Amino acid sequence: MKKVFSRTSSLRDVDTHYCSGCGHGIAHRLIAEAIDELDIREQVIGITPVGCAVIAYNYWNFDCVESPHGRGLAIATAIKRVRPQNIVFTYQGDGDLAAIGTAETIHAANRGENLTVIFINNAVYGMTGGQMAPTTLIGQKTATSPRGRDIGNEGYPLKISEIVAQLPGVYSVERVSCDSPKGVLKAKSAIKAAFKNQMDNKGFSLVEVLSACPTYWSLTPADSLDWMQNTMSKEFPLGKIK
Amino acid sequence: MTKGQKILISGNEAIAQAALDAGCTFYAGYPITPQNEIIAYMSEHMPLQGGVFIQSESELAAINMVFGASAVGARAMTSSSSPGISLMQEAISYIAGAELPAVIVNVMRAGPGLGNIWPAQSDYFQATKPGHGDYHCIALAPSSVQEAYEVTKDAFRLADMYRIPVFILSDGMLGQMMEPLLADSQGSMADGKRKKLSTIDYRLSTKKWAATGCKGRDAHVVKSFYMNMGELERFNLELQEKYKKIKAREQKQEALYIDDAQVVLVAYGTMARLAKEAMAILRKKGVKAGLLRPISVWPFPEDIIKRLTVSGKRVVFLVIEMSYGQMVEDVRLAVNGRAQVEFLGRSGGGIPSEEEIINKTVALLNC
Repeated sequence: MKKVFSRTSSLRDVDTHYCSGCGHGIAHRLIAEAIDELDIREQVIGITPVGCAVIAYNYWNFDCVESPHGRGLAIATAIKRVRPQNIVFTYQGDGDLAAIGTAETIHAANRGENLTVIFINNAVYGMTGGQMAPTTLIGQKTATSPRGRDIGNEGYPLKISEIVAQLPGVYSVERVSCDSPKGVLKAKSAIKAAFKNQMDNKGFSLVEVLSACPTYWSLTPADSLDWMQNTMSKEFPLGKIK
Repeated sequence: MTKGQKILISGNEAIAQAALDAGCTFYAGYPITPQNEIIAYMSEHMPLQGGVFIQSESELAAINMVFGASAVGARAMTSSSSPGISLMQEAISYIAGAELPAVIVNVMRAGPGLGNIWPAQSDYFQATKPGHGDYHCIALAPSSVQEAYEVTKDAFRLADMYRIPVFILSDGMLGQMMEPLLADSQGSMADGKRKKLSTIDYRLSTKKWAATGCKGRDAHVVKSFYMNMGELERFNLELQEKYKKIKAREQKQEALYIDDAQVVLVAYGTMARLAKEAMAILRKKGVKAGLLRPISVWPFPEDIIKRLTVSGKRVVFLVIEMSYGQMVEDVRLAVNGRAQVEFLGRSGGGIPSEEEIINKTVALLNC
């Protein structure tokens, strides 16, 4: 029988540890497919974050380096400078990239490092139990904003993609959302383009992926997708920012 | 400079030159006094040698850049001074946990807090009994510009051999002081004829564990996270085995006139220079003084202290530090009650003088 579909070779055959409806599995697969379609698996070095996705290397079948919390872009900078022949990307959550690692993010972007950044924004800290993230929406209830995020106390959701896009060293910034089959396909083409940019020595490319966390949104997986479409993407508008 | 020719150079610059001569291909750092000559020297010379120099946005970024460069197989170094080293502490634990080689230079200044930029030795605890988790760094403490050059070169060998972070524990005095240096640099620093690294035989060990892209092999993961039951404990036991090996093989010290000594002065780094002078004066006065100068402060040279004290011979150890008593704890552990251990120290900018050392020694013997 003719085989018409199979697991892409950058993904391993393992069970998931992610919760039902979690967006990380989708993002992992999109990255793996983009890498295989570009035929760069043997050149790729992935930087995994601290957070739910720390063990992304258990799913990916290529070289990975596990970063201290927030420092992914410092590590990636050094790796790409030492080994420009490799394709280097970071996979970072909102706490990692936009809170503790803000300085590393801004400065790697400003240096125009030739890197690919996949920024997973699910508006909450997952691994530690659903605390407020820098991207938590105003009024959103979390373990550490039990009355809802209050701008007087916690400030506004941080739009790091828009900030980074201002920097002259940055080549490309795009925000996508894995909230529907159409959104997933768009996310894949953005991720693939961000890798292609690096292969073409274009410089710093960031893809912000809005991603579901039903567990800490206290929603069903299906309701999570509705919330992303109707609420989250209003705060974080989709599309090419730069 | 040509091979075999002496040059006048500061301790900081000697460390930078040693790193270049040892095949260091990556340096990242952030300015802080009194180590700025290292980062400036690296910015000038590292690119000429074909390596990577980055002035990072913080010490946090600098040490994590070293982490990244090391993870893909480069010989990597950063340098800082006391408060900056505190900022690096987290990543140093990750480097130890990921078993990566790295060289970290601490040109110590006085603390706590911002303290001041005067020389001190008050980061001994931090270097020898470092941050979170059960790990160790090798820590080497030179006491001259020549030795700063030599131990820095050796630090890269040790870091690669044991896959461990290695501290160079210098201080503001040694960093700023200029002395003659006989370096074995290949090519010139000044005439632009420095050879590219690819043409220098620096015997870089093959790092089979590095993450370099998985062509022709299984994927590599550089990590320090062990979630499964029992996994971390097994890994930690392996680390402990490695530390045991290092303790057995890598203790290094200078010992002068210790066999007939009534008083053994114990000091390292800049402090040991003054202790050595004090010892010479004491000997002239007829006082049987000796000097034990740890060069490796981790592993601490405990074997020689054990050998001196197990015989039951009466000997007093006077530990002298530019701190209020840090290395003295290791001396007490090594002596283990078999001899008297006394302490003399100043910190915050003050350095115990020869006179203070002599007076304290004479007072000890007279009581």
